[in-house]
Amino acid sequence: MVVASIVAFVGALTAPWLHRWLGSTAGWALALLPLGLAVYFASLLPDVVEGQTLRHSLAWVPSLGVNFSFYLDGLSLLFALLITGIGTFIVIYSGGYLKGHPNLGRFYLVILLFMASMLGLVLADNVVTLFVMWELTSITSYLLIGFNHSEFRSRRAATQALLVTAGGGLALLAGLILLALMGGSLEISELLGQGQVLREHPLYLPALILVLLGAFTKSAQFPFHFWLPNAMEAPTPVSAYLHSATMVKAGVYLLARLQPALGGTEVWSSALMVFGLATLLTGATLTFRHTDLKRLLAYSTVAALGALVFLIGLVPLTDYYAAMGFATFLLAHSLYKGGLFMAAGAVDHEAGTRDINQLGGLFRVMPLTGVAVVLAALSLAGLPPVLGFIGKEVLYVAALQAAPAWMVGLAVLGFAAGAMLALLLVVPFFRGQPPQAVHEGPPSLWLGPLVLAGLGLLLGLFPGLYNPLADAVASAVKGKAVAYHLKLWPGFNLALLLSLLTVLLGVGLYFLYPRLQAWMAQEPIPGPENAYVALLRGLMRLAAGVERLLQSGSLRAYLVWTFGGLVGLVGLALFHGGVLLWPAGASSPKLEQVLLLALMLLGTIGALRLRSHLAMVVVLGIVGAGVALVFLLQNAPDLSITQFLVETLTAILIALVLLQIRNIGSVPRGRWLDKAVALGFGSLVTLLMLGVLAQPLELHLSQFFAQKSLPEGFGRNIVNVILVDFRGLDTFGEITVVGLAGLGVWALLKRRQREERP
Amino acid sequence: MNTLILKTTSRFLFTLLLLLSVFLLLRGHNEPGGGFIGALVAVGAYALFALAHGLSAARKLLPLPPLRLVGWGLLVALLSALPALLLGQPLMTGQWFSLLGVKVGTPVIFDIGVYLTVFGALLAAIFGLEEAAHHPSEGA
Repeated sequence: MVVASIVAFVGALTAPWLHRWLGSTAGWALALLPLGLAVYFASLLPDVVEGQTLRHSLAWVPSLGVNFSFYLDGLSLLFALLITGIGTFIVIYSGGYLKGHPNLGRFYLVILLFMASMLGLVLADNVVTLFVMWELTSITSYLLIGFNHSEFRSRRAATQALLVTAGGGLALLAGLILLALMGGSLEISELLGQGQVLREHPLYLPALILVLLGAFTKSAQFPFHFWLPNAMEAPTPVSAYLHSATMVKAGVYLLARLQPALGGTEVWSSALMVFGLATLLTGATLTFRHTDLKRLLAYSTVAALGALVFLIGLVPLTDYYAAMGFATFLLAHSLYKGGLFMAAGAVDHEAGTRDINQLGGLFRVMPLTGVAVVLAALSLAGLPPVLGFIGKEVLYVAALQAAPAWMVGLAVLGFAAGAMLALLLVVPFFRGQPPQAVHEGPPSLWLGPLVLAGLGLLLGLFPGLYNPLADAVASAVKGKAVAYHLKLWPGFNLALLLSLLTVLLGVGLYFLYPRLQAWMAQEPIPGPENAYVALLRGLMRLAAGVERLLQSGSLRAYLVWTFGGLVGLVGLALFHGGVLLWPAGASSPKLEQVLLLALMLLGTIGALRLRSHLAMVVVLGIVGAGVALVFLLQNAPDLSITQFLVETLTAILIALVLLQIRNIGSVPRGRWLDKAVALGFGSLVTLLMLGVLAQPLELHLSQFFAQKSLPEGFGRNIVNVILVDFRGLDTFGEITVVGLAGLGVWALLKRRQREERP
Repeated sequence: MNTLILKTTSRFLFTLLLLLSVFLLLRGHNEPGGGFIGALVAVGAYALFALAHGLSAARKLLPLPPLRLVGWGLLVALLSALPALLLGQPLMTGQWFSLLGVKVGTPVIFDIGVYLTVFGALLAAIFGLEEAAHHPSEGA
């Protein structure tokens, strides 16, 4: 499993080269990577359905308990199969859809990197590994949404998706760390056994909220749903793969994964059911505003994600129906939605439009895509004999068993919108005339939709094929073994009646749709996206304000802020810390000290009175030299030499800089603020020194270095031994900074010269 | 700057200061001195020479451009940290051996890296500023 993950990442990195060598057939060749992985995961099926779990671990930071550990049970296996299986067709499809695109090589790279990260996410056992993979999927998603980066809308949608999902990711990180601290382990497999401890912990609620924030943002739950429809700016393979079948289900995956540990409390169930249902209805309602195929599908994805979250909330309340419904509906949705997206892309690719009002008669010219759409739409509508029907049936049974009646009613309404959408999608294939010169796309464009939709039909007709894996998935979500017999025909019951009602309502909505659409598309509906925009705008304005204040471009202002801030903050700490002390038993000063002090004071006064900048620098040098002499008197020759040299070179540097400024004039009088800050800083340092001297001298470290310097560092100069040996790594960091600063000065000067001499 | 005294004395001072700088560098492990201080002295020597004889004359006395020296310095410092890893010890553990009766160790090599980096970076700044001083511009 570790190897599979590494193969996925390394394979992704070879994509651009393969693309260059193979040209337009690269899609088919690259599809071998996800296909191979899918076969590998399929080979693990027999073990997993028997209830075995596989665990592999690679040490990463063992001292902190952070490992690259992977865990495979029914739930992760289903996701791994979806990711690699659908990934295979997506890669093939991309080759046809983006044929001839100049950046196709990069596209392959990023989409395969996404696949690898997503695999890592669903296989991860360690919460740190999970988090890293989680963020990697956010970043690759950002790159893919913004693939057409010359378009402003793409860039905006990409940024929005990144900010929302990565922001939630931060909350998730905090939540996961809290869980790890509460449960005493970073491994999810161990946390799952600690459910009792976690649920009764006083930090349960904060941890839960943080985890939910992460999951809800990622899986586009209300009120964070708005980024997903906007993400439709991405090329269609991305929408089909990331934004319907896999990435947006990461949040759902996480909730399902943690269900046995965190579920079972009232707040868990009610939060998931309420937000899930709200999302389902939001997605269903907003469907009515659009006529664009991809947008319609995006809102239906939002609705489906809501339904999945709703189901996870139901899991602890029902014996096994909700878990089973989750397992079935998840697969059904990934199959039909991935297929529908790819088909929509194919139609767009061939007909040049995605507006359902302008499409017609497509079945005659695109029969294979048509078959795929009809089969997938059946699943979307929840009609027999496809898998979507079974998924929705079990969902209804679970809801009837444990959810209040009004929730069931709202769920039926939400699904009715799905049924309406299915009709909307199918009708353009049969009614009207096909646009000019439209024909079926190449195999790469229809293979994926056909296979995915066909799988939905196959599993619908023979649910027994999926039953063992569904049991394993449901067991993982439920937290204990589940065995349930999936049937296409459950017999007459209330759920079947609800299904019938859903379809009838859907047909009714279909006839209302044209009028509703015209009415709803008219006015912008205020939603959470407005809050996002306002927040972002406020942040920008704040940043601009702070920048005007702090980064005014005047060196003097910078110094005032830096030193003024230092005086204020450290002064406050001094005051509160109560370290304003006078050292006891200070010795009376010696003659040479008094003389030195007088010399330095003279320098200071001179600097204050002089009006020439250059003269000021020289006179200030007296103060510096005085300090160096003080060091010398205190038996610190090292410090003294350094001080002398630094003082000299500083004088040279400042003089050189001053020479550059032609109209510098003389130092103006006044400048009371500058003087106050300077005086404040001087007083602060004095107070600090006095405070330090008043404390008993801590000789622990000095003694350590004095003792160890010669025997362990082979040097008698303690200062130097500390610099190059004991604290060598610090020094290395420091000289790196010095080197970079030199480079920076050089670059700035070069730039200015080039600007002056074009 | 065009004074005979400075021009004449700077030649001697330059050599003396450079010798002093290397002396400080090498004895640093046992007596006051070290790579940082040594580098500062060397920068002083070059800055003085450039003042007296002009920038191009000073540049000719450099084996490599200042920024290249920075690169080499960092590389030398980094390389001195690695032998310990090969011996299975923590990074930067000092390795000492005797060469013709003189004790040599990786910390000394590290100090030479410090010397080169500090020397190169400061000299890059001073030479750059001095070069720009011949093309002063308006305002700040």
